[in-house]
Amino acid sequence: MTKVLEVSDLRTTFTTPEGEVKAVGGVEFTINQGEVLGVVGESGSGKSQIFMSIMGLLARNGHAKGSVKFKGDEILGLDVKALNKVRGVRMSMIFQDPMTSLNPYLSVRRQMTEVLVLHKGMSESEAAKNAVEMLERVQIPEAKQRLNMYPHEFSGGMRQRVMIAMALLCGPELLIADEPTTALDVTVQAQILELLVGLQRDVGMAIALITHDLGVIARLADRVMVMYAGNIVEKGSVRDLFKDPQHPYTEGLLESMPRLNETEATRLQTIGGQPPNLQNLPSGCSFRDRCRYAFERCVTERPLLTAFAEGRSKACHLPSL
Amino acid sequence: MADVTLQPGAGIVEVKGRSLWADARHRFMKNKAAVAGLVILVLVAIACFGAPYLGLRSQDDINWDMIQSPPDFAQGYFFGTDSNGRDVFVRTLYGGQVSLTVGIVSTLVSLVIGTIYGATAGFLGGRTDGAMMRVVDMLYSIPFIFFVILLTVFFGRNFVLIYVAIGAVNWLDMARIVRGQTLSIKRKEYIEAAHASGVSNWRIITRHIIPNCLGPVVVYMTLTVPVVILTESFISFLGMGVQEPQSSWGTLVAEGADNLEIAPWQVFGPGAVLAVTLLALNFVGDGLRDALDPKDR
Amino acid sequence: MPPAQPMTSQSMSTGPSPAMKGAPLLTVQDLKVYFEIGGNRLTGKAPGLVKAVDGVSFELRAGETLGLVGESGCGKSTLGRAVLRLLPIRSGRVVWLGTDLAKLDHKRMRAVRRDMQIIFQDPLASLNPRMTVGEIIAEPLQTFQPNLGRDAIRDRVKAMMAKVGLLPNQLNRYPHEFSGGQCQRIGIARAMINEPKLIVCDEPVSALDVSIQAQIVNLLMDLQREMGMSLIFISHNLAVVKHISHRVMVLYLGKIMEIADRNSLYTEPLHPYTQALNSAVPLPDPDEERQRSRIVLRGDLPSPLNPPSGCPFRTRCPRATEICAQVMPDLLPAKPGHLVACHHADYPRGN
Repeated sequence: MTKVLEVSDLRTTFTTPEGEVKAVGGVEFTINQGEVLGVVGESGSGKSQIFMSIMGLLARNGHAKGSVKFKGDEILGLDVKALNKVRGVRMSMIFQDPMTSLNPYLSVRRQMTEVLVLHKGMSESEAAKNAVEMLERVQIPEAKQRLNMYPHEFSGGMRQRVMIAMALLCGPELLIADEPTTALDVTVQAQILELLVGLQRDVGMAIALITHDLGVIARLADRVMVMYAGNIVEKGSVRDLFKDPQHPYTEGLLESMPRLNETEATRLQTIGGQPPNLQNLPSGCSFRDRCRYAFERCVTERPLLTAFAEGRSKACHLPSL
Repeated sequence: MADVTLQPGAGIVEVKGRSLWADARHRFMKNKAAVAGLVILVLVAIACFGAPYLGLRSQDDINWDMIQSPPDFAQGYFFGTDSNGRDVFVRTLYGGQVSLTVGIVSTLVSLVIGTIYGATAGFLGGRTDGAMMRVVDMLYSIPFIFFVILLTVFFGRNFVLIYVAIGAVNWLDMARIVRGQTLSIKRKEYIEAAHASGVSNWRIITRHIIPNCLGPVVVYMTLTVPVVILTESFISFLGMGVQEPQSSWGTLVAEGADNLEIAPWQVFGPGAVLAVTLLALNFVGDGLRDALDPKDR
Repeated sequence: MPPAQPMTSQSMSTGPSPAMKGAPLLTVQDLKVYFEIGGNRLTGKAPGLVKAVDGVSFELRAGETLGLVGESGCGKSTLGRAVLRLLPIRSGRVVWLGTDLAKLDHKRMRAVRRDMQIIFQDPLASLNPRMTVGEIIAEPLQTFQPNLGRDAIRDRVKAMMAKVGLLPNQLNRYPHEFSGGQCQRIGIARAMINEPKLIVCDEPVSALDVSIQAQIVNLLMDLQREMGMSLIFISHNLAVVKHISHRVMVLYLGKIMEIADRNSLYTEPLHPYTQALNSAVPLPDPDEERQRSRIVLRGDLPSPLNPPSGCPFRTRCPRATEICAQVMPDLLPAKPGHLVACHHADYPRGN
């Protein structure tokens, strides 16, 4: 299994007037070729910041340390020129809000051919041909005419398809999708998910799927990692995680979701408390204030992510749930 | 039933909140230029209003031996004397009383009138708003100096004249700014919430809209005061404002300008004080704008 | 209270008076809310018409939760606000406790507002940043009970805060010092302080983290059980709507497609759009999710400025035929309590 992405001890901090904020606190994971890794978490979990650090898109007051290897080559800390040979070409990212991710002043044609001309050295006409093909691939009707249109002339779902098309133009080996369907209507979301499933199958690229929606994870992901307050709290295959969660946070998330196929309106089991305040995390385990199983060790000692079964690890002092 | 974690020290004691004004004050205090400006303003104000108690000469004291003399620190004539042998420094301080008072009072008056007018126009919208703002436009189109001259003709050279003239003009700007602010605040959800809660229109304007307008308004105020002081100086310079023997920074600069060739210190002294005060006001205004920057919220 | 009816034989036969339990609290009849966009009086260009709500009728009983679901442009938020008369109504009736709200003047409407409240999608934006939490919650109390003393108000505010799960000693804090979920609790406290009979919840949990959504949903359900108010719960999240509602109404481009009680709507959806919606929601269960057969609609939602003729869903409907383009199907009962507007609905056996 070739490893497309190998992240080890990645730490991201932001310098704010109130002090240093640790957005990502030492995470380690890999993404294999052709695999879909689901990254689950809520606000403050750090799930987006991990990939912003990897893509070199952190805000000016953010610094990332550690090691990120893309197909064996270290990319963290590369200068912009070298990084640009990787990002957009071999590794692309799509974002949550298709409205703001596309430049409203440039035609779609311009934005798509730009990528190809710059990275692949194609001529303008060759690039346009490729762009039309890609738009057809993502099932945009009348692709040839639409190529010359502007982003505001597309609907939300179409814009997201255009984003996906742009991300796929150079045939990347890894696609990072940050909440790709959260802003879309549910029937449009279904279409986009179908599209991603199909593309992933045909092209065989790896996907890092960042979302808080467990349904989307269940649909697409092969393996999942669950984040809380900047750390990974559980990792495993998608089935293991849903059928047999071993971290109280994962269990809590699964229980607090109302299901469409439930028959009675039972009271939802909730995770009490508030989302973590990264500037004021509790000692020991960051989750202990909200955990129903917390005991003395959780206050004093921070649990490390440790393997407990084949392909599964968790960061929890409990022997098992 | 509460899904809320107990915070340390939770109990019956009511916790003090940290309002947005407190945050802004905190940010302001970190801005060195703004704080320096504030300090200078306070010193100037103390000097001017405290002049009678500082044991200085009176501004009418005439020294026949030292008519139009350059600054003499030994004798305490920091800015020299004018053509009547009066201490220019002392006159500057007393003149400052007038200029500062006009600046502050005028601005406050225009603030009150302009805010209420602008908030009401912006809130009511539609034709009422249109009509109210057309009135503003018409008043705007009256040339200022013309207006002042008219007032002078009817009421003579009068100290109060200045207040009226300047206040009458400045509230127009304030009204426009507040109206603009109101238009954008009107769309916010907490205004809709207030409507839905049955709060009366007047209460919405006073309790919800105006307090949230105040950020830019406060900044505008601090930047208006320099303009008002300069306008007063200008009117006095033209001979239509403050009467002798009272002085304002404007009249002092005017007198000094007359004697620029033979006694340049007469203009530089009061001119410098005026300039420094205006600069300080601008720093404070800039500092306030940065401190109240709504971007963070 | 509605004016007393004269006791004629006719009025005896028109059904129970609105004051009796079980009679509808709110009856909406053929409500239409249209917005005009653009247009220029100088050039004579006619404004475009967005038919945000296009002929909606339903009833709401005391203590009942009606869920409104639909996607962008379906008009659910507009409908919620129109019922509270926060938006102008083009035509139709909104009968609240026997009075048609559309006919009331502003002053009388304000008096009615005590009983009808709203909570918003963006919890922080719905709170005045310059007022303390205590002041925000107290305001409706001061509006409708101006004779209450300061201490009485303070006590009630604190009691309300405790009821919604906030620490009462926080009442001097400002909204920006609270998290999203706590802000929503403040909004709920403000809406509930006068014990209203109806609360319109406009996407109240959509902007919150998943784990916090569950807290707020539980809170609303607990409060409803305790205080007996009705809720109109607007959301695009079908699972949440199903959980909290007694009945659910599905909207598409301003028209009702289907109304039914929660279980029927999800186990036996009759309208093709409802079926597609149900199918589109991914289930948090990898095996089931990957195995289920799915209905994936083609195309995008039509623009509300230019809705399709006849049935608005026909452009994406797998069953559309010619009649769908010509005639908008009526909302008819397929079985008791389950209405559907479709020429080709799956009517249950035996109908």
